[in-house]
Amino acid sequence: MQPLALSAVDLVAAVQQGELSAVACAEAFFDRIAAVDGRINAFLAVNREAAVAQAAAIDARRKAGKPLGPLAGLPVAVKDALCTADLPTTCASKMLEGFRPPYDADVVARLRRADAVIVGKTNMDEFAMGGSNENSAFGAVHNPWDLTRAPGGSSGGSAACVAADMAPVAIGSDTGGSIRQPAGLCGITGFKPTYGRISRRGLVAFASSLDQIGPMARSAADCALLMETIAGHDPGDATSLAEPVPTYTSLLNEPLQGLRIGRVAEHFGAGLDPEVAAGVEAAFETLKAAGATIHDVELPHAKYGIPTYYLIAPCEASSNLARYDGAHYGHRAEPGKGHRAETGKGYRAETGRGGGGAGEYVGGFDSPLVEMYCRSRAEGFGPEVKRRVMLGTYALSAGYYDAFYAKALRVRRLIQRDYLEAFTKVDLIAGPVSPTPAFKLGEKTGDPLAMYLVDMYTVGTNLAGIGGISFPCGFTAGGLPIGFQLQGPALAESLLLRAAHGYQQLTDWHTRRPALPA
Amino acid sequence: MTAHANSAAEPYTIVIGLEVHVQLQTKTKLFCGCSTTFGSPPNTQVCPTCLGLPGSLPVMNRQAFDLALRAALALDCQIARFTKWDRKNYFYPDLPKGYQISQYDLPFSHSGQLEVVDPKGAFSRRVRITRVHLEEDAGKSMHDEAAGTADTRIDLNRAGTPLCEIVSEPDLRSPQEARAWLNELKLLLVYLGVSDCNMQEGSLRVDANVNLHIPRGDGTVAKTPIVEIKNMNSFRSVERALIYEAARQFEEWQATGAELGSAPKQTRGWDDPAGVTRGQRAKEESSDYRYFPEPDLVPVTVSEEQLAAVRGEMGEPPTVLRQALADRWTITPYDADVLVNQGRDLVAYFEELATLAKDGKVASNWMQQDVLRTLNERGGTIGEFPVRPAAVADILGRIALGDFDTSRGREIFAAVLESGKTVADVVASLGIAAVDDAELESLCRELIAANPKIVADVQGGKEQAAAGLIGQAKKKNPNVNPGKVRAMCLTLIKQLG
Repeated sequence: MQPLALSAVDLVAAVQQGELSAVACAEAFFDRIAAVDGRINAFLAVNREAAVAQAAAIDARRKAGKPLGPLAGLPVAVKDALCTADLPTTCASKMLEGFRPPYDADVVARLRRADAVIVGKTNMDEFAMGGSNENSAFGAVHNPWDLTRAPGGSSGGSAACVAADMAPVAIGSDTGGSIRQPAGLCGITGFKPTYGRISRRGLVAFASSLDQIGPMARSAADCALLMETIAGHDPGDATSLAEPVPTYTSLLNEPLQGLRIGRVAEHFGAGLDPEVAAGVEAAFETLKAAGATIHDVELPHAKYGIPTYYLIAPCEASSNLARYDGAHYGHRAEPGKGHRAETGKGYRAETGRGGGGAGEYVGGFDSPLVEMYCRSRAEGFGPEVKRRVMLGTYALSAGYYDAFYAKALRVRRLIQRDYLEAFTKVDLIAGPVSPTPAFKLGEKTGDPLAMYLVDMYTVGTNLAGIGGISFPCGFTAGGLPIGFQLQGPALAESLLLRAAHGYQQLTDWHTRRPALPA
Repeated sequence: MTAHANSAAEPYTIVIGLEVHVQLQTKTKLFCGCSTTFGSPPNTQVCPTCLGLPGSLPVMNRQAFDLALRAALALDCQIARFTKWDRKNYFYPDLPKGYQISQYDLPFSHSGQLEVVDPKGAFSRRVRITRVHLEEDAGKSMHDEAAGTADTRIDLNRAGTPLCEIVSEPDLRSPQEARAWLNELKLLLVYLGVSDCNMQEGSLRVDANVNLHIPRGDGTVAKTPIVEIKNMNSFRSVERALIYEAARQFEEWQATGAELGSAPKQTRGWDDPAGVTRGQRAKEESSDYRYFPEPDLVPVTVSEEQLAAVRGEMGEPPTVLRQALADRWTITPYDADVLVNQGRDLVAYFEELATLAKDGKVASNWMQQDVLRTLNERGGTIGEFPVRPAAVADILGRIALGDFDTSRGREIFAAVLESGKTVADVVASLGIAAVDDAELESLCRELIAANPKIVADVQGGKEQAAAGLIGQAKKKNPNVNPGKVRAMCLTLIKQLG
C-alpha cells in the first residue's frame, strides 16, 4: 500500500481497519519530505520523531481494540501561523524565530484529539502578508509544478506540500485569498469557510475581522473530512459561530442538478489571463452539463474590493502586530548606547495610569525604550510587513480615519450587501480564483501593487465573511494548474463542498500530480 | 454658585472635573479567566490572553459587565442598549498587546449624576457624569531607581483587570467639594460591591482637570488653561493638589495673562512630599491612540430584563440609606451621615443595636462615642469587633432600668471588650448591685454628719458643693447612682432646716 497515493479519506479508513499502520503512513510522508522538500522549502519545522511516536501510540490503541479518532493516523501539515505547543510558531518572521507558544491553537487541539498526526509547520508569507510566499523570512517556497515559479500565498507552504505529496492534507489560513489562491496555483483544493465557522484561537492574527482557517487537500472530499473535525464553536473565540456542524462527508453526493450558479461579468475583464479564462469557461460548461444553470449576477462594488481590503487588513494588522515590540518575547535588538544593564537596589512601582497612555519612562525618540522598540521592529519585520503596518498606522491616524478606515468599513458593507443580493438569485457564484497561473519567483516582488492584484477575485469573500472554495479546472499549455473558485452564502459549507465534489466526480484535474521525482 | 468669586483671598472660581478609574471587584479578569487577587507574586496570574501572546483572544466576562452596569445605574446614567469595544493603541512595556481594549465612541453608559451634600450644610453639589465606560487595566512597571531609566521590571498580574472609567463634567467648584464628592463616590461604589476603592492598592485612581474663571472688571471672564493633575495617591492629596494648583494658576495668570486656548492642555504631576504640582516632561508628539473597533470581540447588547436583574441586586445606595436611618430611628441627618459613611457593615451593627435597645438616639450616641471610637483606636473591622450589638443593648437596658449610670456602663463596656466575658458576668465580678433606697439614705445621712462644711455651703445656697458628697459616696459604695445620691443629700440637708 502506497500511502502517498491515497486520499485522506482512504488513509484514515486504512489505518482504522488496520490495513495500514499509522507509523508506516507517517514514515512514508516524512521520507517524501526528506526527498523533495530541499527543492520546495514548504516546511519550516518537521516533527518526525514526535509524530512517529504519536503514530505508534495510535497503532497500539488500535491493536488494543480501543476506538480511534475520526482522523486516525492522518498526517496533517499546519501553517506556521497556528500555535503549536510542541513546535516553534514563527509566522515565517524573524520576529518570532524560535518562538514556542505555551498552547495549541483550537484547530491543532481538535486535530490532535481526532488522532491526526501533525507532521510539521509550513512556510508562508511573513505574518500571512503576501500572495507569493516570497515574503517569508526563511526563503521562498517553490511551486512543485515549476520550481522557478511561486506557489502563491500566503499559505504557499501548505499548498505546495500537498501538491508535492509531502502531506495528504494541510491547514491554511485565508485573510484575502491566502488558502484559495495558492491552492489554485498549486492545483489542489483549498477551502475558506464562513467567518467564525472555525475558531481563530491560536491563529496568529493578521487581520482579525477577515482571518479564517481552512483545510487544503487534494479533493473537496478530503476537505470535508477535515472540516468535520476543525469546524465548530469555541467559547474561547468570541467571533466563533455557535451553529451545529453538519457531517459534511455524508452530504457530498447530492446531485448538481438544478444548482443555480452565478457568473460575474467583471471577473472576466481586464487582467485575466486568456488561458485561465478558457479553463474557467470550460468548467462552467462542465457544471452546466451536470444540470447546473448559469446566471449572470452583478457585484457592483467588487471593483472596490482591493482598495477596501488593503485598508481594513493593514489597519487591523498595524494593531495586531504592535505586540511584537521586543519587550516580552520574540526578537529584541541588542542594547544600544542608552542602555545600562546593571541593576540597582530597589525598584519603584510606577503610579497606576488611569485611562492608559504611555507611562512616565517612555521618553523621547532617543530614549532607550523607544530605541529598543524601533530597532527590534526594524530588525524583526520584513519589508512587506513594515509596509502594511505603516499603511495601517497612517490610515487609522487622527485626521485620516474617516477618509480611509471608516470609508472602507462602509464600502465593506456595500460589498456584503452585493453578495446578499446576488444570493437571492443564485446558490453559488463561480469564477477564476486568480487572474494568472503561477508567476515566476521574483516577477512581482518589485511591484507591490501588481502583487496586491493577485487577490482581486478572492478578497470579496473575506470582506463579506462568506465561504469560498478553489480547485483545479485545467492546465495551461505550459503545464500550470488553472484554479476555479466557488463562493457561497454564509454557512453554505455543505453546498460549496458538494458542488466542488460534484465537479471533481466529473473531472480528473484534481488527481494530477506534478512530476517531482524523489 | 460662585462661592469664591470676588472674595478678597480668591478672586476667582475654581472649575474642577474629575476622571476616576476603579477596578471592579470581580474574581477574574475582564477578558480571560485569570484571578484578580492583589499582591500575588509577580506574573503568577497570567495566561496567553493577558500576556498578549500571539494568537490569543479575549472573551468578555459578563459578570464584570454587569458590575459596571450596577455602577452606572447607581450614578443615574443612561445605559446604551448597544455598546462595543475599541482598541486604544500605544506602546508601553506594561501593555503587552500594544493596545488597550477600551470603549471610545459608544461607551456602555453616559449622562449620569452624583450629588454630594455637606452634612454641616457648607455646600451641596450635583455633579454631572459625562460617561462611564469599561476597559482593561495595564500591568505594572517597576523602575530600578539606581540604574536610572535603563532597567524596568514588568508585572502583568494586573493586566486585564476590569477597570471602570468615570468621567465627570467640570461641575465642582472647590477642592473641598472635590474631596467630598470623591468620598461620596467611593462610598457608593463600596456599598454596591462594585469596587473596594482601595487607593493604596491602586483599585481607585483619580486625575483632576482644573482651571480658573477670573472675573475682570469689565464683566468678562478670563479662563486659565486647563491643567490635568496626575499622581495623587489619596483624596487628601487631591484636595491639597487642587488648592496648590488653583493658587499657582492664579499667580501664573497674573504674571503671563495666559488664557485657555492659547496653550495646549498641560499635564502636571502632584509631588506629595513637596506639596507642589510639577509640569511633566512633554511628549515629543501629542498622543494619537488610533482608536478603532476591536475586531476580536462582538458588540454587547443590554436588554430590559438584564437591566432589571442588575437593579434587583443593587441594594440601598448611601443617599437612600441616610434618609431611611434618619426616618426609622429618629436620628439627625448628621448622625445618619456619620453612620452611613462608615459603611454597610457598621450600619447593620447599628440597626441591630437600635432594634434591641428600642432607642435609635441612644444607640446612635453609643455607636459614635463608644463603638466607633474604640474601633478607631483598636483598628479592624466592625465585623470583627468583639462586643456585639446584643451586649451593648444589654448594657443600655440595665442603664435604662437604673441598675447603674452611663459612666458605669462605659466601664462595663470596656471590661466586656477587655475580658471577653458577658455583660452579666462583668456586672457580677465588679460587684455591681442595685442600691436600695434605705441603704442609700443611711449612706447619705452618714456623709452629711461627717461633712458639716459642705452642708453649711449647701444651706448657704451653693448647691454645687453637694458634688463633694457624691465623690465620697462613690468611694464608700461604687454601685450608688450619683444622681440619686445628689437628690437624696439635698433632700436630707433641706430637712435639716
